[in-house]
Amino acid sequence: MTELTRLTITAAREGLAEGRFSATELTQAYLDAMAPAGALNAYVLATPEKALAMAKASDERIAKGEARALEGIPLGIKDMFATDGVRTTACSNILKNFVPTYESTVTSQLWRDGAVLLGKLNQDEFAMGSSTESSAFGPAVNPWRRKGSDKTLVPGGSSGGSAAAVAAHICAGAAGTDTGGSIRQPAAFTGTVGIKPTYGRCSRWGIIAYASSLDQAGPIARSVNDAALLLRSMAGHDPKDSTSANLPVPDYQQAVGASVKGKRIGIPKEYRVDGMSAEIAALWDKGADMLREAGAEIVEISLPHTKYALPAYYIVALAEASSNLARYDGVRYGERVPGRDIIDMYEKTRAGGFGDEVRRRIMIGTYVLSAGYYDAYYLKAQKVRTLLKRDFENAFADGVDAVLAPATPSPAFGIGEKSGADPVEMYLQDVFTVTLNMAGLPGIAVPAGLSSDGLPLGLQLIGRPFGEEGLFSLGQVIEEAAGRFPCPDHWWK
Amino acid sequence: MAVDQATVRRVARLSRIAVTEDEVAHLQGELNAILAFVDELAQVDVSGVEPMTSVIPMTLPMRADEVTDGFYPARILANAPNAEDGFFAVPKVVE
Repeated sequence: MTELTRLTITAAREGLAEGRFSATELTQAYLDAMAPAGALNAYVLATPEKALAMAKASDERIAKGEARALEGIPLGIKDMFATDGVRTTACSNILKNFVPTYESTVTSQLWRDGAVLLGKLNQDEFAMGSSTESSAFGPAVNPWRRKGSDKTLVPGGSSGGSAAAVAAHICAGAAGTDTGGSIRQPAAFTGTVGIKPTYGRCSRWGIIAYASSLDQAGPIARSVNDAALLLRSMAGHDPKDSTSANLPVPDYQQAVGASVKGKRIGIPKEYRVDGMSAEIAALWDKGADMLREAGAEIVEISLPHTKYALPAYYIVALAEASSNLARYDGVRYGERVPGRDIIDMYEKTRAGGFGDEVRRRIMIGTYVLSAGYYDAYYLKAQKVRTLLKRDFENAFADGVDAVLAPATPSPAFGIGEKSGADPVEMYLQDVFTVTLNMAGLPGIAVPAGLSSDGLPLGLQLIGRPFGEEGLFSLGQVIEEAAGRFPCPDHWWK
Repeated sequence: MAVDQATVRRVARLSRIAVTEDEVAHLQGELNAILAFVDELAQVDVSGVEPMTSVIPMTLPMRADEVTDGFYPARILANAPNAEDGFFAVPKVVE
């Protein structure tokens, strides 16, 4: 029954509705595919018993003709989402035994719609990273390899386990989070589709906080249509998150396949950064051609403050992180390392529980918020953020409907290749993705081609606030023109 | 701006993260690499620009001031490293 794991979510729903297979069979097929995939290190916790119990309940609903939107669809969940009674660690040692007694709003909506939990997915510790190498469970591995090479590559990050699992067909889709590119960059590295919706579209309640003004949840899937289906369940107003938008959630699937004729697509000249590879530049041009073929109008635009997005992001994100992660003090939850007094206990607990990258980020965040530096760093970065948002507002006011850009500056890199002495080298991975988080805008990454060494490359479409439907329409045009990019070699089996 | 080793120790203290003497030089290098990178912002003219406070324009919603949640101390304490008699337990704070 391994063919069942090949199905899109849409096809799986049809098969379930027509009784060609049961939700239990579908779930078992995924569990059977997960078992020999340990080399990918995509899951940090498998929940087979829970999965089969949920699938059984789905089969009963289907038999009664009461199937819901995601009835019996097996999903993996990034370990940032609190799951009731299921260990949730953010892939940090400081939370290694944390078992929430509550469920995040986003995941509760997936279960409300009938989805099945296969397990929790690997990520960078507290979502701080672009390669999943900073996980306390060790790096996740990209199912893709360079042509003729067996070198292991990163799946991107921080939602690297999610992207790897979707690409490897060991879940039908996944829930990730994106603070600076953590859904879109791993999607691009694995030939999958990932969307970060508008800030406020999904509730942040029950998601472990990294940088609260930037964090958003979103799906990673194997097709644009699957991503649309998942986002519809994940999105929606939640009184428990005061920044969640009180707006109705559209039926995003209706937008998949809708005409893009006459849409104006901006190509921001500032994204042609120095040293952009010829391959990425060619992919970008190809993407513009695909949209032009479908009747869209391509115009050059200027987003003049683009080059300041990344440094401003690292101030805002790290400042918020230092504040959010103050809660890990060894008192209310998490690991505790005893000390001679309470301060000593705090310091030892946090030194023992946090990995190197998290410690670095907390310290920088603490520094930029400390007396005497707040204005020079944090306040300045928040002003730059206003300028970044204004750049997009000006483009939209000039009639641009969406912006087309590369998703990443390169294809997937090797494990260990960017973990040298200079942490900034890894930060540059986010150069095309962070601007959206800073401006609160939605962005979708769609695979659009292969690199010369056979690795997937993604394009990114950026929309107006709450313009996710337009992104699904445009993303579908790319998917139809470029085709899908299933991982060719399941070498881990 | 660059940090010296005394600042690294002060920031570690403010962050409540113990660092050993061996780690200070190493951390100083890493923090300075990040600070050099973000110093690029010094070039931007932000005169007359308001700092962002809410990325999507919205006013915070009001709600009735009433208790809507709680009354489950066992669940609250379920993950505590040390709990006694319905309380979180910590090392002695007041001598």
